[in-house]
Amino acid sequence: MAKPTLQRGDVLDGFVLEELIHKGGMARLWSVTKPGIDVPMLMKVPVLGEGQDPAAIVSFEMEQMIMPRLFGPHVPRFIAAGDFALHPFIVMERLPGRSLLPRLSELPLPYDEVADLGWKIATALDDLHRQHVIHLDIKPSNILFRETGEAVLLDFGLSHHQQLPDLMQEEFRLPYGTAPYMAPEQLLGVRTDPRSDQFALGVLLYFFSTGVRPFGESERLSTMKKRLWRDPKPPRALRKDYPLWLQEIVLRCLEVEPAWRYPTAAQLAFELSHYDQIRLTARSERTATDSFLTRVKRRFNPPERKAPIAPQTVYKRLAAAPIVAVAVDLSEASKETNEAVREAAGRALAQLPSARLACLNVLKTSYIATRDTTLDEAGHNKHVNRLVQLQDWAQPLKLKEGQITFHVLEATDPASAILHYAEQNKVDQILLGARRNSFRRSLLGSVSAKVASEAGCTVTVIRVRREDAQAEPESADAPSSGEVSETVAAP
Amino acid sequence: MLIALLADIHANRQAFTACLDDAKARGAERHVLLGDFVGYGADPVWCVDKAMELVAGGAIAVMGNHDAAVNDPTIRMNEEAQAAIDWTRGKLGQVERRWLAELPMEHSDEGRLYVHADASQPAKWIYVLTVEEAARSLRSTQAPMTFCGHTHKPAIFSTTPAAKMTAFSPVTEVAVPLHGLRRWLAVLGSVGQPRDGNPRACYGLFDTEKKEIIYIRVPYDIEAAAATIRAARLPDFFAERLFIGR
Repeated sequence: MAKPTLQRGDVLDGFVLEELIHKGGMARLWSVTKPGIDVPMLMKVPVLGEGQDPAAIVSFEMEQMIMPRLFGPHVPRFIAAGDFALHPFIVMERLPGRSLLPRLSELPLPYDEVADLGWKIATALDDLHRQHVIHLDIKPSNILFRETGEAVLLDFGLSHHQQLPDLMQEEFRLPYGTAPYMAPEQLLGVRTDPRSDQFALGVLLYFFSTGVRPFGESERLSTMKKRLWRDPKPPRALRKDYPLWLQEIVLRCLEVEPAWRYPTAAQLAFELSHYDQIRLTARSERTATDSFLTRVKRRFNPPERKAPIAPQTVYKRLAAAPIVAVAVDLSEASKETNEAVREAAGRALAQLPSARLACLNVLKTSYIATRDTTLDEAGHNKHVNRLVQLQDWAQPLKLKEGQITFHVLEATDPASAILHYAEQNKVDQILLGARRNSFRRSLLGSVSAKVASEAGCTVTVIRVRREDAQAEPESADAPSSGEVSETVAAP
Repeated sequence: MLIALLADIHANRQAFTACLDDAKARGAERHVLLGDFVGYGADPVWCVDKAMELVAGGAIAVMGNHDAAVNDPTIRMNEEAQAAIDWTRGKLGQVERRWLAELPMEHSDEGRLYVHADASQPAKWIYVLTVEEAARSLRSTQAPMTFCGHTHKPAIFSTTPAAKMTAFSPVTEVAVPLHGLRRWLAVLGSVGQPRDGNPRACYGLFDTEKKEIIYIRVPYDIEAAAATIRAARLPDFFAERLFIGR
């Protein structure tokens, strides 16, 4: 067991306690140092003892199990953990920034800023979900930002790890979480749906953009459960100038049924970063809550709830709703390849109805900016021209409006532009054609080869069969028989 | 130190060999054999001899119900399993039969309890499948960790000082820490006759430093194991189930 009181200067496993930074109900935070480690560090020590909430112990056990398994920019780096039986603690990287909590005094924030925060947090959630963890306690005090801009999620004491025993699940009958942010399914005891985090983020976005919490602050279970049948006041009822796109996103996150929210946090992030292309539904224009009668009906005749998804399907679902980027070279010489690329995109989308397609075209800009003009010889805007052509290219796919978006990237190096876009937008798969003409390729370099070798996701290179194939065996884009797609899986 | 935990080998030479090779490649330094060396499979002599060799080299072994049934005709089993034990009895030599007869019912080592089935009454061979069954086993011991087999279905249970239970199906190759203030019961899958729908041989590796257990699935030559069963004219069902892991 931990010593009842730790003091400045105490040493635990070589870590020197420097300053007590936070004294919470469940844990205390100390800044610590250790010879040989020169990053700022925090030590989290649970408050244990007689009369303590057993949840404090269990949530600390969970965090000690989950944190060492997490990696990447969206979580604090794990440094060490103490033996639970001797002196339980976790040492982690101390981040310099402040959480979102102090910003509550500035609410409501400008819409653009809310969208940017939402994009960063959704991106972090996507990363966490891909590491098999559902946070289940997303709220302002658990979100920090790195100096490089990435959102960092804190406190995994209430989290669920899909591949580890869930010690919280069986321990308590009451749902644990933070009342204003808790998803309806959490109130019913479901801890295995990643879309619960989307709901909490929806509450945060609603609050940050209106200054009002959509479901109040009550911690009484009976009041909290009202969110199962009572819809929140639409933001447009609170702020006349509230953008349609933001209401669309926020209310979709706040849907009672998880299946009506976004399939993945990555898709939510995508919407937040491309809100100019969002497909608006009736949600976006609502200015009043549902009628009294509708709400009463919902309360007493609740729609049949879908059974909670089995934990092992969580990861499968992430994989079934990918973001596919297709890079289209619109030049006349690539016409045949473009058709093959479109067929490949159509096949990919037909298999995965929740997938979304981002159509990219790179508008090459000159190295010397002054010589560039946004107008071509005929005086048309090149950017708009390209968008029109992209839409025309995609038209035969007959995709629904919300499923497809179009992007003209202006860059000097097409491969870098595609790679950057894929990285920024958490793209799962890139489809692109290989240049047919080896002369052009030798002159311009192979975009597909660079993208395939450097992308952090799956890349499929589409090539149309050519009869003079044997002529150039040395090329990285060397064709073989048939329409070929070579798929390179991410490492 | 890495300890390889192998349960329910059931005279499946191919599966046993594949698991031992895999454990060796992963750096296992000790072996714990959790019982049921014989029954169902058609290579009992080889498997018992291999187990004897491992024990001579420092491995721990405990008795399973099929091992007990070889020397104790009063232990009743279903008709087909009984037929396999009768066949096995005729195949084993005096040395192997005595070795099986002298196996301990349980073994404790540095806070780890090894037993074939439920620990509350090991000789009753009770399955640990449910939270209630796990709670009964955990109540009967103070050991921080119990390792058993018998069900052929991997599972991990835990209990807190306040006797709150958790149940979990381990994910292949994902290490689960068995520390904290709670006590743990890890049920190993079967080496020689998996029944959880995955036909690959199952065994576990426990890391004594990290206090983590990892469940491993190993592909092996099922065709060969099944052919041996058929050649021995044991019930065909014993061969068929190996392919589907049921």
